[in-house]
Amino acid sequence: MAWDMYQERILDHYKRPRNFGHLDHPSLSGSESNPLCGDHITVELLLDPEKGTIQDVRFNGDGCAISVASASMLTSKIKGQRLADVAQTRRQDLEKMLSIPLSPVRIKCALTSLRALAEALSTTKSPMVVSESGGADTEPAGDATASRSPP
Amino acid sequence: MARAATTVRSTGRSSAARARTVAGPDHGVAPGLHGCRTDFPILSRTFHGKPLIYLDSAATSQKPRQVIDAEADFYLRLNANVHRGVYALSEEATEAYEAARARVAQFIHAKDPDEIVFVRGTTEAINLVAGGMARGQLSKGDRVVSTEMEHHSNIVPWHLLTQLPGIKLDFVGITDDGRLRQDDLERLVVRGTKLFTFTHVSNVLGTVNPVRELAQRAHDAGALALVDAAQSAPHLPLDVQEMGADFVAFSGHKVLGPTGIGVLWGRKELLNRLPPYMGGGEMIRDVGKDDITYKDPPLRFEAGTPNIAGAVVLSRALDYLSRVGWDDLRSWEFELLRDAHRKLTDAFGDDITIYGPPPGKDREAVLSFSLKGAHPHDVATLLDAEGVAVRAGHHCAQLIMKRYGVPAMTRASYYLYNSTSDTDRLVEALRKVHALLSR
Repeated sequence: MAWDMYQERILDHYKRPRNFGHLDHPSLSGSESNPLCGDHITVELLLDPEKGTIQDVRFNGDGCAISVASASMLTSKIKGQRLADVAQTRRQDLEKMLSIPLSPVRIKCALTSLRALAEALSTTKSPMVVSESGGADTEPAGDATASRSPP
Repeated sequence: MARAATTVRSTGRSSAARARTVAGPDHGVAPGLHGCRTDFPILSRTFHGKPLIYLDSAATSQKPRQVIDAEADFYLRLNANVHRGVYALSEEATEAYEAARARVAQFIHAKDPDEIVFVRGTTEAINLVAGGMARGQLSKGDRVVSTEMEHHSNIVPWHLLTQLPGIKLDFVGITDDGRLRQDDLERLVVRGTKLFTFTHVSNVLGTVNPVRELAQRAHDAGALALVDAAQSAPHLPLDVQEMGADFVAFSGHKVLGPTGIGVLWGRKELLNRLPPYMGGGEMIRDVGKDDITYKDPPLRFEAGTPNIAGAVVLSRALDYLSRVGWDDLRSWEFELLRDAHRKLTDAFGDDITIYGPPPGKDREAVLSFSLKGAHPHDVATLLDAEGVAVRAGHHCAQLIMKRYGVPAMTRASYYLYNSTSDTDRLVEALRKVHALLSR
């Protein structure tokens, strides 16, 4: 089962992570640590204020294959996207993107980059909320606050 | 009855039998020291279709059937509260509890059972001393010295003390090969130091610190010495007289005993001076509205109903360990360490970094390592899929991680039920991991 996690696609993003490194002048950045394994991921964003899009993105830090692959895939996905759309990203989207069996412990690894992204967006008009581990959904916040319905 | 016990007794008499049972930890069936593996029922479990290879004894030891049976036996025959009832059952329970205290005292060569305080574990023992010292035993300008080699349980309680005005906390650094830095010892453990607190054996590096020498250094500086023996009690004979320290703490669950029971040993005169850490029943002599007088140690520090079963069962675990015999255990574990160190180095060469001193007298069978290109979390996940249980992470020792510039390490730690064939399984699984993850 565990070996299923390490599919070619995941290993490819782990061994040759996309968007790894630093931006010269990031508009926003956010970090997240996983105290369990000592991992640390920082996501840096360069915004295009005219279009309201993410013009460029980088991530850096230390992480396991799952957290690095997740950061690599997530940053690839959001590059060029509208900030408001990115803020709608939910943990399910990330799980779908990875498409691998993840134990509750390893989901935390997968979510490290998403939480770092959420922190980067926390000061914008399009904040993102990442739910704690467990079944709960990642509710988009901001404009959607009023429409959030009780479970 | 104890298989290990009977084997040990017979080996005591016959050197031929001894040679046979202690010969090699490298049989295919991995029987453990004196064939004790079969005493540990949990080790017959399989995971992911593979027999469990348990290499996480530094986190907690597995329990022999004799210990598991003793736990049931206590509740089947002996359960009552202690130091209270006048009925026979309560007297028997009290007797068993106090006999356990005496057994622990004997195990670590304490002069008096009253120097043994039962606590939840090493963490509580250290907090008990720190909490007591916080109540009027420290003054502005005093210093506590710890080391970078410590488990968080021997860092955080002292860090809390620095909230008192003018209390300083310093750390002795670690050398590249995993020993305490001599220059730091000379610079930091000096006048003005109230307490020097250090681990006997590192839970990450396996380093065995020279306790006697360090305790002497503390005393020369006019400081008290506290020894975290959580990782040494399972592997080395502890003699508190010989160690020369003032406080020694260890946990039951790492010495084949149950969780939730541990020991603080303290010199009687120091325990007498130490104010209580928790208030409650059993620790008082007299309670008035304005005035409370406390009992003498150790009961002063055992507020509330203690872990009676835990204490009694711990003493049975110590019995089991004593029957195994320190000499056999020491040489068995040294062979496991030497063998694992060599096999890992041979298999992965420059792609593996094993932390801590090389195999020798000052090193226990705890091997923390980094495998190039492979994150410890991935290593442990994939090893688990092969039935090999190791620990990955910072091992509650972030100062060590920072010292060696890594976020985490993978750790294989050994005990009497392990054999060198367990290392073969480890290496075989690691080869697969290495092939998959190396860039």
